[in-house]
Amino acid sequence: MAKGDAILEAKDIVIKFNLRGRTLTAIRGAGLRLNEGETLAIVGESGSGKSVLTKSFIGMLDQNGWVDSGEAVFEGRNLAAIKDEKDWLAIRGKKISMVFQDPMTALNPLLTVGAQIKEVFELHHGLSGKQADHAVVEMLERVGIDNPSERRKQYPHEFSGGMRQRVVIAIAVACKPRILICDEPTTALDVTIQAQILDLIKALQRDLAFTTVYITHDLGVVANVADKVAVMYAGQIVETGSAEEVFYDSRHPYTWALLSSLPQLGVKGQPLYSISGTPPNLFNTVVGDAFAPRNPKALKVDFAAQPPMFQVSPTHSAATWLLDPRAPAMEPPPAILAMRAKLGGAKLGGAKLGDAAKNGGAL
Amino acid sequence: MSGESREVVLELRDLEVAFKVKGGGTFKAVKGVNFCIYKGETFGLVGESGSGKTSIGRAIVRINDASSGSILYKGRRIDGRIPKELDLEVVRKIQMIFQDPMASLNERAKVDYIVSEGLYNIGVKRSEEERRELVAKALLEVGLLPEFASRFPHEFSGGQRQRIGIARALIMEPELIVADEPISALDVSIRAQVLNLLSSIQKAKGLTYLFIAHDLSVVRFITDRIAVISKGRIVELAETEELFRHPLHPYTRALISAIPQPDPLAERRKVVKVYDPACHDYSVEGPAWSDVGGGHFVLANSKELEAYREGLAAGRL
Repeated sequence: MAKGDAILEAKDIVIKFNLRGRTLTAIRGAGLRLNEGETLAIVGESGSGKSVLTKSFIGMLDQNGWVDSGEAVFEGRNLAAIKDEKDWLAIRGKKISMVFQDPMTALNPLLTVGAQIKEVFELHHGLSGKQADHAVVEMLERVGIDNPSERRKQYPHEFSGGMRQRVVIAIAVACKPRILICDEPTTALDVTIQAQILDLIKALQRDLAFTTVYITHDLGVVANVADKVAVMYAGQIVETGSAEEVFYDSRHPYTWALLSSLPQLGVKGQPLYSISGTPPNLFNTVVGDAFAPRNPKALKVDFAAQPPMFQVSPTHSAATWLLDPRAPAMEPPPAILAMRAKLGGAKLGGAKLGDAAKNGGAL
Repeated sequence: MSGESREVVLELRDLEVAFKVKGGGTFKAVKGVNFCIYKGETFGLVGESGSGKTSIGRAIVRINDASSGSILYKGRRIDGRIPKELDLEVVRKIQMIFQDPMASLNERAKVDYIVSEGLYNIGVKRSEEERRELVAKALLEVGLLPEFASRFPHEFSGGQRQRIGIARALIMEPELIVADEPISALDVSIRAQVLNLLSSIQKAKGLTYLFIAHDLSVVRFITDRIAVISKGRIVELAETEELFRHPLHPYTRALISAIPQPDPLAERRKVVKVYDPACHDYSVEGPAWSDVGGGHFVLANSKELEAYREGLAAGRL
């Protein structure tokens, strides 16, 4: 498969949970296309469904949750239709693997790190004894752990947070997965360690040629790693595009709000932009644009009908009525305009971003 | 902003915080820390996990003992054994806001009790009516409804719980609030709300904040001055914008270079600086806490200091 072909294509996924007899619709028709070799970042606040959506790709939804409709095609197979745990074993950890947020809890404290990595080689590659040990040492070295032949005999508590996350990554990539899902991989780490871990994942991605999905709420991390960005809100993808398009030419009011609330874009001494209200209760049916109640400039139609995805460019689309030809022209909020003027990207983007600005003006 | 004319609320002199280690010996989490916090300012204390920033905060509110050095509140020593009246005063005047609002509220108590618990502790007798009024006032100040007093913490979202934590501090009418990572456990959209709330309360009441955090982008937005701490030592202290424009210590520079920016093109070009403590040659002369001018302090020996001054003068740093 060549770089740029779709490796995973999800369409209209609906995921529901049964909670004390009530049904919660966590994912309300989300779709995404993941291309071979690229890095996709899914951003959104907690409860937006970013973890739930990706967990459905490896059959790790909680017991009370199920994919109600939609399909997710991976290697010609609809992941959404898999019901049997046995079928998942051929995919989870082997073809699609996951790095979790907290390396403290992702590792088994009672086993040496070597044993935990070895397990992967024994189960999925059929290696054993010396061969497996050798593979473990090689893997640890690859993720940047010094003196691997000694350190493999140590337990997780003997490693620092950053080193532990390296071990978790080693376990996740030991099978040479085709897709690596990283769920907030650096949230529990310090900034300098965060930078190292992000660099490590990038280097491994280059060497092992996998496709990466990041789940994060940190837009700084997104800017660092992503080729493509999907913004999630209340169980739907509201905007998706290349990193440049989403950061420099965002179209959805929620993306604007999310970017505006970054302290990096705040002006000292003035209140920081903040999103009022709370996300909708997903036990209820959401009518119209889910973000409308929190959007002070929402249009009437936002409360009445759900906006479809409008295409902005071949790679960029957003679900907002603002992109409808009949919609009144609306400028992004001042913080976003100031950011576009300020950021290095605006200067560097040249003609392409100039065009985008023109389109933005005409909107 | 020159320091001399301003009122010093809190002063740390050669503060050291040590912990006993299992099997004998001690571990010094904080070593030789000196700084003052002026009235009405927001002072940021930034460092990575394990750097000792929280230990300093906890020593100030006297959860941890200072093993050597002193802590002065408005010129009076508040570490070690202190008279009862001073103790009661300090308990009221220095309050703390904790990091995790999910863990810092008593799950079995109603908001009414959580917010007014401090009032019981300082032993001032108040009528029930007065106490209720104070709780209602504190809740209103943090943007919650007085009716919430009869609810339990689990009925609130993370942002609301942090507001309860702030109300609990405010009811004591403090002068100094030690905020230990008050927003890092909150969701992105809620962070801005809580930051704005902290700023508006500060303006309204003339509060002084010690803001402890690891996220430099937040600290840059909210603080007036910043101290950078590494391995228990403050390595650099300056006014916020000065520190970001002219970071001197290699550790500060590494920390600033690692902040992720919401700008994909800049991020892809970025080179993260790595701090290697071996870059200092302290074999001949150890580092000292030195002023490079304008209230910009750095931990350096005379050779490094000279290089920093030259670099600043030449516009290289």
